[in-house]
Amino acid sequence: MRLLLIGLFMMFSLNAAAIGVDEDRLSIPAQEARAQNIMKQLRCLVCQNQSIVESDAGLAVDLRAIVREQVLAGQSDEQILDFMTSRYGDWILLKPPFKTATLLLWLGPILLLLIGGFLVFRYIRQKPEKAMPPPLNPEEKERLKHIMGDEE
Amino acid sequence: MSVKRFIPLFVFAGIFVAFMIGLTLNPREVPSALINKAPPEFSLPPLEGAGIGLSNNDLMDKENIIIVNFFASWCGPCRVEHPALEQLGKIPGVKLYGIAYKDRPKNSLSFLKSLGNPYSKIGADLKGRAAINWGVTGTPETFILKDGIIRYQHIGPIHDIQMTDNILPTLRQLAKENGS
Repeated sequence: MRLLLIGLFMMFSLNAAAIGVDEDRLSIPAQEARAQNIMKQLRCLVCQNQSIVESDAGLAVDLRAIVREQVLAGQSDEQILDFMTSRYGDWILLKPPFKTATLLLWLGPILLLLIGGFLVFRYIRQKPEKAMPPPLNPEEKERLKHIMGDEE
Repeated sequence: MSVKRFIPLFVFAGIFVAFMIGLTLNPREVPSALINKAPPEFSLPPLEGAGIGLSNNDLMDKENIIIVNFFASWCGPCRVEHPALEQLGKIPGVKLYGIAYKDRPKNSLSFLKSLGNPYSKIGADLKGRAAINWGVTGTPETFILKDGIIRYQHIGPIHDIQMTDNILPTLRQLAKENGS
């Protein structure tokens, strides 16, 4: 029983160490938190759909080290992100910046919503007209009267 | 009324074309931020001995078109593109420089010894920091410079088809600019 407990403890302690492994975390928690926040915004260019926090690719490890160095050197978040985009372009940012080249990307959903809204609006407006059956011709009227037993 | 009926078809055609283009793009090709810009400041040690192996000064060549190739002995695709580099190194008016990316100099040297050394100068980027300043995401990666300005970036190994379709035409075009 004791052995089992020790074994379990060891398993969990190893796990704890394996989460977000980085040899050189910053000693001041506030600085480390700021560095982590910046890293979360940066795309790992090797694995592409992960941020550099989540990636173990060599380049991501290097970029993490650079972010920490720059945080330690007192650079602002903006300066660090600028450092990255000047080398790797806007593409390194997981959240693309709002500018003319990305106008369609950002406004596209709103545009589609407006188009969809317009079509729905038109459809609703038009419906009553369309729902009305064409008027009966005299022959049909006669038949209807007959069916309803409305003859005098 | 009859045009309206074809609207879904037009929408479908539009989406179809967009996907045809979008899905055949190579996601590895990260759009370069350094095209038409000067390369970053760097100064790298040589593979052997002390001093400077490669630095900005080497790129300010007015006579030659410069090709800078990031490579590593541990990188498989670098072996694939090695014949292409040998070919590029022999073109008159072109200088080929190498930067060994995160590689032990000893290993880089034996790599070049077994395959041949196409580079006229080599710098050792031991920690990969120079590569990050160049916006390199991995080896191999190749830059073409003229008058100290980066004009073209090739990501991944240079296959024969890219040599004839991209690299050589770019070199020819840049050489033409020289004349004017």
